[in-house]
Amino acid sequence: MSNSFRTTNSTGLINKDKKINFTFNGTIYHGYEGDTLASALIANGVHLVGRSFKYHRPRGFLGVGVEEPNAMVQLHDGNKSEPNIIATEVELVEGLKAKSQNCWPSVQFDIGEINNVLNRFFPAGFYYKTFMWPKSFWMKIYEPFIRKAAGMGKAPLLPDPDRYEHNYEHCDVLVVGSGPSGLASALAAAKNGARVILAEDKPNFGGSLLTDEVTIGNMSGKEWASDTISQLKSMPNVILKKRSQVFGYYDHNMTVMIERVSDHIENPSKYTPRQRLHYIRAGEVIVSTGSIERPISFGNNDRPGIVLASAAKEYMKVYETLVGKKPIIFTNNDTAYSTALEFIKNDIEPIIVDTRDSSNGELVKEVQQKGISIKFNSGIADTKGHLKINSAIIGKLDSSKESFISEETVECDCICMSGGWTPTVHLSSQAGNKLKFNDDIDAFVPDKKRQKETAIGAANGSFTLNQSLAEGFQVGFDLSNKFTDQNNPTNSPNSNEPSYEKHEKLWCMPLPSGKKPKRFIDFQNDVAVSDVELAIREGFRSIEHVKRYTTLGMAGDQGKTSNLNGLQYVSKIEKKIVPEVGHTTFRPPYTPVTIGAIVGREVGNHYLPTRKSPIHTWHEENNAVFVAAGLWQRPRYYPMGSEDMNSAVNREAANVRKNVGICDVTTLGKIDIKGPDAPEFLNRVYTNAWLKLPVGKARYGVMLREDGMVFDDGTTSRLSENHFHMTTTTAQAANVLSHLEYYLQVVWPDLDVNVLSTTEQWSGIAVAGPKSRDLLSKLFPDVDMSNEGLPFMGLVDSSIDGIKARIYRISFSGELAYEVNVESNYGLYTWKKIMEVGQSFDIQPYGTEALSTLRIEMGHVAGAELDGRTIPFDVGLNSMVSQKKDFIGKRSLSKDAFTESDRQTIVGLVPLDKKTKIPEGSHIIEDNSAVAPIPKLGHVSSSCWSVEYNNPFSIAIIKDGKNKIGKNLYAVSPLKDISIPVEVVSSHYVDPEGSRVRS
Amino acid sequence: MLEIKCPYCGKRSQNEFSYGGDASIKRPQLGEEISTEDWDNFVYYRDNPRGKHSELWHHVSGCRQWFKVSRDTATHEIFDTCKMNEDFNV
Ligand SMILES: [Zn+2]
Repeated sequence: MSNSFRTTNSTGLINKDKKINFTFNGTIYHGYEGDTLASALIANGVHLVGRSFKYHRPRGFLGVGVEEPNAMVQLHDGNKSEPNIIATEVELVEGLKAKSQNCWPSVQFDIGEINNVLNRFFPAGFYYKTFMWPKSFWMKIYEPFIRKAAGMGKAPLLPDPDRYEHNYEHCDVLVVGSGPSGLASALAAAKNGARVILAEDKPNFGGSLLTDEVTIGNMSGKEWASDTISQLKSMPNVILKKRSQVFGYYDHNMTVMIERVSDHIENPSKYTPRQRLHYIRAGEVIVSTGSIERPISFGNNDRPGIVLASAAKEYMKVYETLVGKKPIIFTNNDTAYSTALEFIKNDIEPIIVDTRDSSNGELVKEVQQKGISIKFNSGIADTKGHLKINSAIIGKLDSSKESFISEETVECDCICMSGGWTPTVHLSSQAGNKLKFNDDIDAFVPDKKRQKETAIGAANGSFTLNQSLAEGFQVGFDLSNKFTDQNNPTNSPNSNEPSYEKHEKLWCMPLPSGKKPKRFIDFQNDVAVSDVELAIREGFRSIEHVKRYTTLGMAGDQGKTSNLNGLQYVSKIEKKIVPEVGHTTFRPPYTPVTIGAIVGREVGNHYLPTRKSPIHTWHEENNAVFVAAGLWQRPRYYPMGSEDMNSAVNREAANVRKNVGICDVTTLGKIDIKGPDAPEFLNRVYTNAWLKLPVGKARYGVMLREDGMVFDDGTTSRLSENHFHMTTTTAQAANVLSHLEYYLQVVWPDLDVNVLSTTEQWSGIAVAGPKSRDLLSKLFPDVDMSNEGLPFMGLVDSSIDGIKARIYRISFSGELAYEVNVESNYGLYTWKKIMEVGQSFDIQPYGTEALSTLRIEMGHVAGAELDGRTIPFDVGLNSMVSQKKDFIGKRSLSKDAFTESDRQTIVGLVPLDKKTKIPEGSHIIEDNSAVAPIPKLGHVSSSCWSVEYNNPFSIAIIKDGKNKIGKNLYAVSPLKDISIPVEVVSSHYVDPEGSRVRS
Repeated sequence: MLEIKCPYCGKRSQNEFSYGGDASIKRPQLGEEISTEDWDNFVYYRDNPRGKHSELWHHVSGCRQWFKVSRDTATHEIFDTCKMNEDFNV
């Protein structure tokens, strides 16, 4: 049966000279170049593709493109495996592997089909009704059941090996869809000089021109399409994109398009991306997305072999494939007759069932002239055939069309149905267009636009070729005129097409006598007519509620073939007109988009930029274990031999207390501040006084937000009268700069000050410990390093091997310490030099962990204490707050809550056993035996192992902290189920007088 | 993604900017005697209008200038942008 469902003509777009082998459910088939997985399977007589979502009913193909609700497959294996792929959108490529999903053990025999037999237990709202109680069943029974039942394909567990890229485009006019109106508008806009992008989802441009028997000028529709594309291709102001779906329309005419770059290529080159996501900012968007045919609801209208009439025609005309050899055409309008004629052309005589009493349309007459009789005033009542349709029950409708008068069974192998056409308004709707209902075509069309978007052709409800072309040329010219001054219109050529008579407003057949088969509206979510009836019977009125209760239109296809039929049915039951019922909202993406494409190249190391200090290579060579500090990579510790983290950190910290340590502090934020008003500005920004800071001195400063919370701290030095060098914490560097810019540009523009980030211009090296003075004296013999020559908080310019260096006497460790700053490019050299000279002083590098240990022991606050919820009083910084001047946030500090004496304040904690480390984040409570809820006194912000006292030490922020010193409390961590008795001590655990830094 | 016209650089995508809140808020003068209520209004309370809103944006990944944007909070339509020392034209 290989390819036994091919037509004998070769007027389509497949290349029968190139065979392509592929596997479906383990069987090897072949198709041809130009086939989709769908067309190749149909050509091989395979219609059973998958099982439906809720009832596991056998399903085949309904459509031929993006509208397909049923035929979802799992593609490829291993790390390339991809679930829920619409077979109609997959181009055939050699070796393609696909399999059915939502079925077990096989698509032919699926255990889950029991749901179909039990379907009276699965009505609309089933999940809401059934899984409500008892509460305890949720996690163990209901949730896993729903999870399993909701499973469609299987997501791969391995990393995606493919490459995805992002691209940004700008154009004057973006045309979405390359049918007649799209081509016309693109041509008119391009000829008028506008920069045009034309996007087409399919592998071929032309849209309906590829399947409709029409003429434009003296060419066939298909020839005109290809001629127009050649013209556009030759124009430098045009970008043509096929296999490209514009799926999202966002604010300010930002549209997003996914391009399938290499899925259809057998062996793409290594650097060819699989897909490319284009962000297109368009001046104007022309929505020429065409229309989608509507199914009709009738008994068992979901069997494999029941397709849309237009899909059957496209399979014949484009893919040279027959959906069946014994077709029934079932329609409420004239367009399906073109499908009938196409069958006749292939020597197949269809049975035609038309709900209307008659039609005098040209196509209808043509069919009748071929000697085919038409069953008017008839409908399909039911179908038979388990895995594939084999017969239909055709009924004669009574005059009200509410029931059948007589029924007959007719053999068939397919039904091609047409319920008329729905304009594809998704993009217009996404753009904010308020749709209106067009009673002539019984569908919504774009109306009041909010963005620069214009729907034309079938998407605008203009279903004739003449109209589509006229709109296309006119709109293309008009819109392009906004961008060019060429004023060069293109006239619409003459065109010829059959005339059509009106459709009948009938989308749901009566039930066959004595039976209640399911009549599906939404195939993908298994929503039938009876579910909509039930929802309304149970009192759901808003269409949004009916949608959610029944899940109609909520599947991956977003109701492309079902929304309007659902609305029509609700309006029929409610005896309202459709616009009164309203419609649900369209949201991006129009078609499913791979996560890979959304993420693009921002994976792995490219997820975020990595910032490295100029000394990074040295850290790597010296066994540093790194930790991320924002975007920075900082050495956390430098293990020696088989040392674990704790011993390495203790060794590094102890060496600072005993000898001298060196730490890379390049990551600290640095801001250059210049201008005659710089001292005044600092005076407003910081809580302490800055006007009298002498040149050549540094000062510690604290800055607040307006709400009084501590924002950041750091040292700032006065380099000259009007020139300051500010340092910030690593974490807040960017925010502090924005904050300063805000006050200078927005609040106090009268201040003559400029600020500039110099974080990356300086490399900072901290040298800390009792031997640091001796080491620096040796490194900088010209500088008087004595306590008088370079006192605490002093600074001096010098040089090392000809490199300009600035030496600050500042300390974060609480020890005698210095910070050497050199231009970034000399950071590594200077670091190595200090290490080399430092050998005789037992110098060792220390990382962020030891840095933390040293500052915690000293009670210096950092990010964990300055967490945006503490005012200076809370963290022991009250002495930093000037009473004499105003500054940012000062007024907040006098608010009632901020002046209460028992606020949570900083203290130190030592475990009574001097052994157990207190986890950061632990709660502090008074009474360990109290019954919950136990009042919480505060929390542990930072913990370390004190190298000075050789026992654990923590900083905590607790209620009325000062008056708790000396008391015993409990640090509890319910998460870890621990409770540690602790003694409250001063947060200044080591050297509370601060004598070392001044020594 | 919005397209915002920086008065210094021209039209750029939203991802180059950060939002800075209501532009009509005036910080009290330094040293000014101010009631707690007035201070709280300045620090915490903001109108949340549907429609035209005058707001601050910061061209953080660009020229680093703060400027004013007149935007419709419901439709995102941007009526005008201007420098801090200028007024909107519309
Ligand atoms: Zn700018």
